[in-house]
Amino acid sequence: MIDFELTEEQQMIRDSVGAFASEQIRKAAREADETGKIQAELIAQAWQLGLTSGPLPEQYGGGGDTRSAITGALIAEELGYGDISIGFHILAPRLVAFPVAEMGTDEQKARMLKQFSGANFVAAAAAIIEPKFDFDLTAIQTTAKRDGVGWILNGVKCNVPLAAESDTLLVYAASDASKGFAGVDAFLVPRDTAGLKISEREKNMGLKGLATHGVTLENCSVGALARLGGDKGINFSRLMSEARIAIAAFGVGLMRSAFDYARDYAKERKAFGVFIAQKQAIAFILADMAIEIDAARLLVWEAASRLDKGEDALEESYLAKNYVAASALKVTDNAVQCLGGHGYVRDHPVEMWLRNARGLAAIDGIATV
Amino acid sequence: MIDFELEPQVLKRLQMYHMVAENMMRPISREYDEKEHEKPWQFYETMWQAQALADVGAPTKSDEKDSGPKLRNLYTVLSTEELCWGDAGLFLSTPNSGLGGAAVMAAGTPQQKARFLKRFSEGKPKWGAMAITEPHFGSDSAAVKTTAVRDGDNWVINGTKIFCTGGEMAAEKSEGFVVVWATVDATAGRAGIKPFVVDHNTPGMSVIRVEDKMGIRASDTAAIVFDNCKIPLDHILGSAEVKREGGFKDVMATFDATRPIVAAMAIGVGRAALDFVRDFLKEQKVEIRYGISQRRLTALERDFMEMEVQLKAARLLTWRAAWMLDTGKRNNLEASMAKAKAGLVVTQITQKAVELLGPLGYSRQYLLEKWMRDAKINDIFEGTQQINMIIVARRILGYGSKELN
Ligand SMILES: Cc1cc2nc3c(=O)[nH]c(=O)nc-3n(C[C@H](O)[C@H](O)[C@H](O)COP(=O)(O)OP(=O)(O)OC[C@H]3O[C@@H](n4cnc5c(N)ncnc54)[C@H](O)[C@@H]3O)c2cc1C
Ligand SMILES: Cc1cc2nc3c(=O)[nH]c(=O)nc-3n(C[C@H](O)[C@H](O)[C@H](O)COP(=O)(O)OP(=O)(O)OC[C@H]3O[C@@H](n4cnc5c(N)ncnc54)[C@H](O)[C@@H]3O)c2cc1C
Repeated sequence: MIDFELTEEQQMIRDSVGAFASEQIRKAAREADETGKIQAELIAQAWQLGLTSGPLPEQYGGGGDTRSAITGALIAEELGYGDISIGFHILAPRLVAFPVAEMGTDEQKARMLKQFSGANFVAAAAAIIEPKFDFDLTAIQTTAKRDGVGWILNGVKCNVPLAAESDTLLVYAASDASKGFAGVDAFLVPRDTAGLKISEREKNMGLKGLATHGVTLENCSVGALARLGGDKGINFSRLMSEARIAIAAFGVGLMRSAFDYARDYAKERKAFGVFIAQKQAIAFILADMAIEIDAARLLVWEAASRLDKGEDALEESYLAKNYVAASALKVTDNAVQCLGGHGYVRDHPVEMWLRNARGLAAIDGIATV
Repeated sequence: MIDFELEPQVLKRLQMYHMVAENMMRPISREYDEKEHEKPWQFYETMWQAQALADVGAPTKSDEKDSGPKLRNLYTVLSTEELCWGDAGLFLSTPNSGLGGAAVMAAGTPQQKARFLKRFSEGKPKWGAMAITEPHFGSDSAAVKTTAVRDGDNWVINGTKIFCTGGEMAAEKSEGFVVVWATVDATAGRAGIKPFVVDHNTPGMSVIRVEDKMGIRASDTAAIVFDNCKIPLDHILGSAEVKREGGFKDVMATFDATRPIVAAMAIGVGRAALDFVRDFLKEQKVEIRYGISQRRLTALERDFMEMEVQLKAARLLTWRAAWMLDTGKRNNLEASMAKAKAGLVVTQITQKAVELLGPLGYSRQYLLEKWMRDAKINDIFEGTQQINMIIVARRILGYGSKELN
């Protein structure tokens, strides 16, 4: 039955992550943007919230919580409210932990999940995106060729978060390029695998706190046990829906941040004798921002709830992500506009949010719910 | 728990509405668009007898006990969407208590509700209407000039109302009523404005004009003059006392319930257009590819998906606003969000749909061009786009009408 209410548990998670995000993460955002570094202590603190370990199965040391895409979306939104670079960093281990938990073989779960169930942050990363202007998830160029019982991987990836500090990369590659989503597999590739090269940290307009790297795979030979899901393989389309919902949810948080800031500013800044918020030109911009945020969140929730019901939610998550990518840009741009010239200078965070928002459209698959 | 699934019993009832929309409304859509001031009596009789619309058009039954679904306002929104998918003009013109009924529900005493609304469940088809708008104002509804003056056991009403939906049917062509907003104390501003029930064919009330419109032509939009129109004292809804608080505000609360319905009307029309385009593209073997890189999409695919997701966004906002009402939460902000978004995007969606089909979209051979004409009203009545934005803005800024107007 239609219901727009969170469960008590979800409300609690939202509150605690929200408090951490607005008190700790938000404060650290500018520094991360300027220096590219995130304090290890902040990440450690965030890890203590159990966002990744909580939903992992008990038998592998996890909290055994039911994994819910809606709960995941709530967490991502709150972290995104704090800062999406830092939020992506905090949740990056999920990119390996959750696909393994959801689609891995028993052996892979036993091998991989324990490390994410412990008390300390363990970096891990997924390599999905490729550095091409028309990169398409259904036409991944990185190849996986059978080599006896194992596989040989070749290709170039980019935007791989935390690649340099991760021991294992989950590399997505096409084993049958003619099959679209169905032809994509994922492989657990140790960082020291011969032929795997991690390049310099990437430089982008925004998301500057998040360390991402290019990754080259040159005749990387991996064994049969590397293929996620074993003979069954994975449901790549579903994993990408999970990723899109996560990114979209981060975007909603980002939008909310920009809105709150712009609204507060507009109620304090005077022009022509009144607060600028009293001018319809500004008030309507703010009203529009508020509507877009709610609409975006509902689209994310709807897609997430389909995932939770076991559907792949391919269309819903795709539409939701594209919607958020466009509206986050609009909302953050409006926030800059509300601040006038002050929005353009780096004293205020709105210009950073605009740069970060632009990233949402460019990236796919660097977060998951 | 967050959930977007409709219950099977609701889906079943919606299927029934869909059949009405498809088999009874669509076939006569074009005819009553072209023959603007004629009435589809056969359709009205059937709808009236079936009482199919008993719970549609006005959330008038929300506090009555019945066996219907628990989320009554949500259900009304859903069925409204379905019927407006059929034809928004016919939907608006269908006999029921309409906005007048909504006002009675919002402002009337229990006795008044029973007395005035009883007629809508018996006898011949009847219409209810609400008249606020006057020639000199629309959005600024506190500017009511129509007066109600006490004269012994009567109120005497004088003034001119325009743009009254179903006004002709309610005032003269059925045994319905018109709820008229008039001021009992012009010096009191908003607080002096009160709603009055004027029964059909009351001497002194006359329809002087029925508008010719761009769309929703099956629905009559009437100008009504009140010339020393005498009505009984107890036809004032609520109290006659002029208080600084309440009063007008309570009546404005009518819109918290009706705005989601108008949003749903918009969404029904938008969905009609979207479904038409989808089927059309399928026939042309144009595939809509979800999940691939945005940079690989054709312009057509992008346009279509944009229409689809905007419609979805508006619908979710609308469902939320109705659901809040059902669960006893104040929804004034959310109702305006839904109305502002739905009115705007459906206007854009239907315009885009016409554009996408080129000359075929513009042609009267199809209903698409009609839906574009029908959609636009949703951005205007029950509070224009701008008025709803003001309401949203005031709420998010914590401003009153003095700070933001
Ligand atoms: C990089 C940079 C270079 C600059 N160079 C110069 C320079 O060389 N010389 C110089 O003198 N200045 C310069 N400026 C200042 C610039 O001209 C101002 O920032 C600009 O005029 C906006 O003023 P403000 O920032 O005070 O915004 P505000 O006036 O505070 O406006 C804030 C927001 O309110 C809106 N607003 C304000 N009044 C109204 C109204 N009546 N109705 C509706 N909306 C309203 C604005 O459009 C804006 O969106 C520069 C600024 C920057 C960022
Ligand atoms: C088909 C139809 C059916 C209708 N049915 C009914 C009915 O049943 N009962 C009834 O009482 N009325 C009805 N109306 C009237 C309708 O509610 C009004 O037309 C509507 O509220 C707008 O008022 P207006 O036309 O006077 O426009 P105006 O109020 O003159 O507005 C003109 C423009 O100015 C904008 N504007 C006005 N004030 C502001 C502001 N403060 N800030 C920014 N912009 C502003 C408006 O958004 C609009 O774009 C109907 C109208 C139509 C066309």
